[in-house]
Amino acid sequence: MKRYSSLGLLTAGLTGHTSWPRAWRDPTPKTRYDIVIIGGGGHGLATAYNLAKRHGLRNIAVLEKGWIGGGNTGRNTTIVRSNYRLPQMQDLMEFSLKLWETMTDELNYNVMFSQRGAIFLGHSDSDMTKLAERGDAMLARGLDAELLSRDQVAKMIPVLDMSRDARFPIEGGLNQPRGGSARHDAVAWGYARAADALGVDIIQNCEVTGFSIRGGKGEGVETTRGTIGADRVGICVAGHSGQVAGLAGVKLPVESQLLQAFVTEPIKPMIDTVIMSQSVHCYISQSDKGEVVLGGDPDNYPTYSQRGVPMRLEQVAGEAIALIPALSKLRMLRSWAGTTDMSFDGAPILDELPVEGLYLSGGWCYGGFKATPGSGWLFADHLATGEAHPVAKPFALDRFERGATVDEAGAGPKARDR
Amino acid sequence: MQLITCPHCGPRAQAEFEFDRAVESVLALDATEAEAVARLYRRENPKGWSWELWRHSAGCGVFLKLHRHTVTHEIAEVSLLDAAP
Repeated sequence: MKRYSSLGLLTAGLTGHTSWPRAWRDPTPKTRYDIVIIGGGGHGLATAYNLAKRHGLRNIAVLEKGWIGGGNTGRNTTIVRSNYRLPQMQDLMEFSLKLWETMTDELNYNVMFSQRGAIFLGHSDSDMTKLAERGDAMLARGLDAELLSRDQVAKMIPVLDMSRDARFPIEGGLNQPRGGSARHDAVAWGYARAADALGVDIIQNCEVTGFSIRGGKGEGVETTRGTIGADRVGICVAGHSGQVAGLAGVKLPVESQLLQAFVTEPIKPMIDTVIMSQSVHCYISQSDKGEVVLGGDPDNYPTYSQRGVPMRLEQVAGEAIALIPALSKLRMLRSWAGTTDMSFDGAPILDELPVEGLYLSGGWCYGGFKATPGSGWLFADHLATGEAHPVAKPFALDRFERGATVDEAGAGPKARDR
Repeated sequence: MQLITCPHCGPRAQAEFEFDRAVESVLALDATEAEAVARLYRRENPKGWSWELWRHSAGCGVFLKLHRHTVTHEIAEVSLLDAAP
């Protein structure tokens, strides 16, 4: 792998940037691998990278039905944070956040991780009580959290409507200073390049159509590019977790829904942090290109269409304008949707499935992007050793029937209303 | 946005309705623990035709059974729920 550096960028510029080698190969699939990962998004590529880097495995393939990073990795709102309330979720997301802090150096690829803070707004006394409780839970677990007064919020985010007759009056907030955002495409490309350099075969346009199972043990996968044998197979396919596991006869506690995101036309810097409201369900940040990135609730009904309903666009835009009136001057540039596998407690599933040798990293709901490096690390450990990492243990598949759900929202066995 | 024909109110925009649950996850009141686990947590989550319960929550309030396609959003059938026996 040719290392990227400032000097390299400068010298390549002298020849019009014509000297760059391919960032990863385009290999023909072999007939057999030790481990096959299904899904070339951030999670799948991070898993393959960790298998090669930390477990020294070399005979690994990532199979992607389209192009890498073309699914939810390129469709999220790029927010990274670990400001959860339940210890299991805190441990998982903080494990990941620590890896975000070193990812650019680790991969020799600038993922533009910017720890600009992630602020939950509070709109009432009860909101502030909940935020204080969450902040205490975070501090008690060693995470960073700052409860903000109304004045502090006004000073940090001057564009907010702080008037007393605002549609969503602001009483304060909870900041996680180490939270922020990253460039999501770079995460897929960085992991792909680093994994490829360690010998991982990244095979695009290769859809898995079935599993070879003999005597309850998985022996590989059937694909649109032929049969590929494997000792172990990991599924990292987000919205299609249920469909792919279904090919092996396994039914999962997930429901596929859509999450939409929106960006405005690019403008000069006006928002230098990540603004979220859990009461209003609106997420606002500004990309390095200057676009204001907006997100909201999922579409709350089962669909694989990747086409969002316009009423959600109307709702999110209305809320964002109520919070930041200046946004009303902007034109919406694009909207899109990703298919998310909503689990029935809002937490992911990291486990071996009832078919021996078949593993799942799924059920990430609408919160998978921030978990990318942690998910890759933990899932690789599970695939390489057959044992779940202690941080991954609470996310076993049988937790639902055991009544040991990790239900951050306390919403019960439903995919919606989270 | 989907257009759902409510048997009481006629064709109305999706905004008036709420998805409630997949029919496969509806539990009988006397379901055993094993049945409850199977119905709640082992889900087809179909990519294609699906039987679902929706509610005309911002209209007449009725619960409806829909036969709906989860990719094309075609709706083949809308019916009232069967009366309790």
